[in-house]
Amino acid sequence: MTEEEKERNVIVCRCEEITMGEIRDWIARGYDTFDELKHILRVGMGPCQGRGCREIILREIAKMKNVPITQVDPGTFRPPSKPVKLELLAKKEGGE
Amino acid sequence: MSAAAEAAFFGAKVMIVDSDLRLGGQLIKQTHKFFGSAFERAGTRGFVISDMLLDELKGYGDRVETYTNCTALGYYKDDGVVSCMEGEENYFKVLPKKILVATGAQERLIPFPNNDLPGVYGAGAVQTLMNVYGVVPGKRILMVGAGNIGLIVSYQLLQAGVEVAAIVEAMPRIGGYWVHAAKVRRLGVPILLEHSIKEALGKDVVEGAIIQQISPGCGFIGEEIHVDCDVICMAVGLNPTCELLWQAGCEMKYIPQLCGHVAIRDRSMRTTNPNVWVAGDAAGIEEASSAMVEGRIAGLSMAHELGYVEDKEYREKSALYWERLNALRNGEASAKIREGIAQVLMESSGGMER
Ligand SMILES: Cc1cc2nc3c(=O)[nH]c(=O)nc-3n(C[C@H](O)[C@H](O)[C@H](O)COP(=O)(O)OP(=O)(O)OC[C@H]3O[C@@H](n4cnc5c(N)ncnc54)[C@H](O)[C@@H]3O)c2cc1C
Ligand code: FES
Repeated sequence: MTEEEKERNVIVCRCEEITMGEIRDWIARGYDTFDELKHILRVGMGPCQGRGCREIILREIAKMKNVPITQVDPGTFRPPSKPVKLELLAKKEGGE
Repeated sequence: MSAAAEAAFFGAKVMIVDSDLRLGGQLIKQTHKFFGSAFERAGTRGFVISDMLLDELKGYGDRVETYTNCTALGYYKDDGVVSCMEGEENYFKVLPKKILVATGAQERLIPFPNNDLPGVYGAGAVQTLMNVYGVVPGKRILMVGAGNIGLIVSYQLLQAGVEVAAIVEAMPRIGGYWVHAAKVRRLGVPILLEHSIKEALGKDVVEGAIIQQISPGCGFIGEEIHVDCDVICMAVGLNPTCELLWQAGCEMKYIPQLCGHVAIRDRSMRTTNPNVWVAGDAAGIEEASSAMVEGRIAGLSMAHELGYVEDKEYREKSALYWERLNALRNGEASAKIREGIAQVLMESSGGMER
């Protein structure tokens, strides 16, 4: 494997098993915000809800777009920030 | 815990939820003596400080209600409801009058080939394993990062009889305090500056690592160095945990000196959402000493807003806490923190809803 291939194979989003290569390809295609990448690749939608991958992806976006990380939109944060069984949610909503 | 103690002292009812099995956050893992000022209990070991706070909370009886193994899942901006989950089955909602988000930090990770191999740990995980559960993570460690966390955890590993092959640090200088660096150097651990991990080696588990020199802006240069190790411990920094603050619609700003996005706040630690306060690492990565004072300030202000504290007493006590906070941030090592805080502190008091 070449150095570049190795780098592309690095898993960035462990929850959804998305590699650096996939992320770079989609950013190159214009999916250059965290939310767009989330919609297309599910990054940030795993059990950790992006705690593991968001920073790395934001840095990659900043690097590829050549903007400071302070200007990269971190995307939307929706509750719940940890997985909940739908059954529990349904019970609660219905029962109240 | 500090905020809860402060608010309860004035008579407010407090509910604490914490994801962990016990209260104390990072403190319960800190077996070393703390730096900081005497006011903030420097010289005392972290877990002892946590016990002291627990005792203080116990003194307030049922005014403080505690839920452990319980995560605040979401904040619903429209009605101010917070959803929580205790364990994996008990989902419930609360409607607090005021909320403090003191969710601490999460560890930063850096991408490198094979970083998903078992044996690659965050420093926090290593500390939890060793200092909370008494389990050593492996035999020989490569530590990535020479900030205070990397240095302290290296020392604690050595104390536990684990070998530390080397500490690599990307920057041209050691980030942590000199006392901590001196301790590991005396035990013969090399600290390699301007070096980083390039790749983890191994098939099913970590069997080694490749490290290399880096030059700012140009990436890796020079010879690859092979390190024999079964654990790679990452101590490359923390990011504030702030999902709840985003959900609450608080105005946020990326402040590199505070290590990520943090909420704009006033001097009472109130965010731009008038019902939401922030304190500790969630408000910017700093130290436990300042986190505890920020907590006191937030707790005092929340109790004041709820009518439990007279204006005069509020002003006096708040000024006192700010004196302590400023004293903590006075040193040369805190220059970065001061710059960061200057960018997020708004002058007027809260209640400026967007
Ligand atoms: C190795 C090491 C050494 C250190 N040494 C020192 C030192 O010598 N002196 C010093 O002053 N500082 C030191 N620090 C720093 C100090 O530990 C932290 O700054 C401090 O613990 C921050 O406190 P906190 O309350 O903001 O966050 P934390 O202590 O991280 O607590 C946050 C708590 O929030 C909980 N939580 C997070 N999200 C949720 C949620 N959604 N729902 C419910 N609960 C949640 C977590 O479980 C955790 O218990 C050290 C840190 C490390 C890692
Ligand atoms: S690592 Fe990407 S969602 Fe968990």
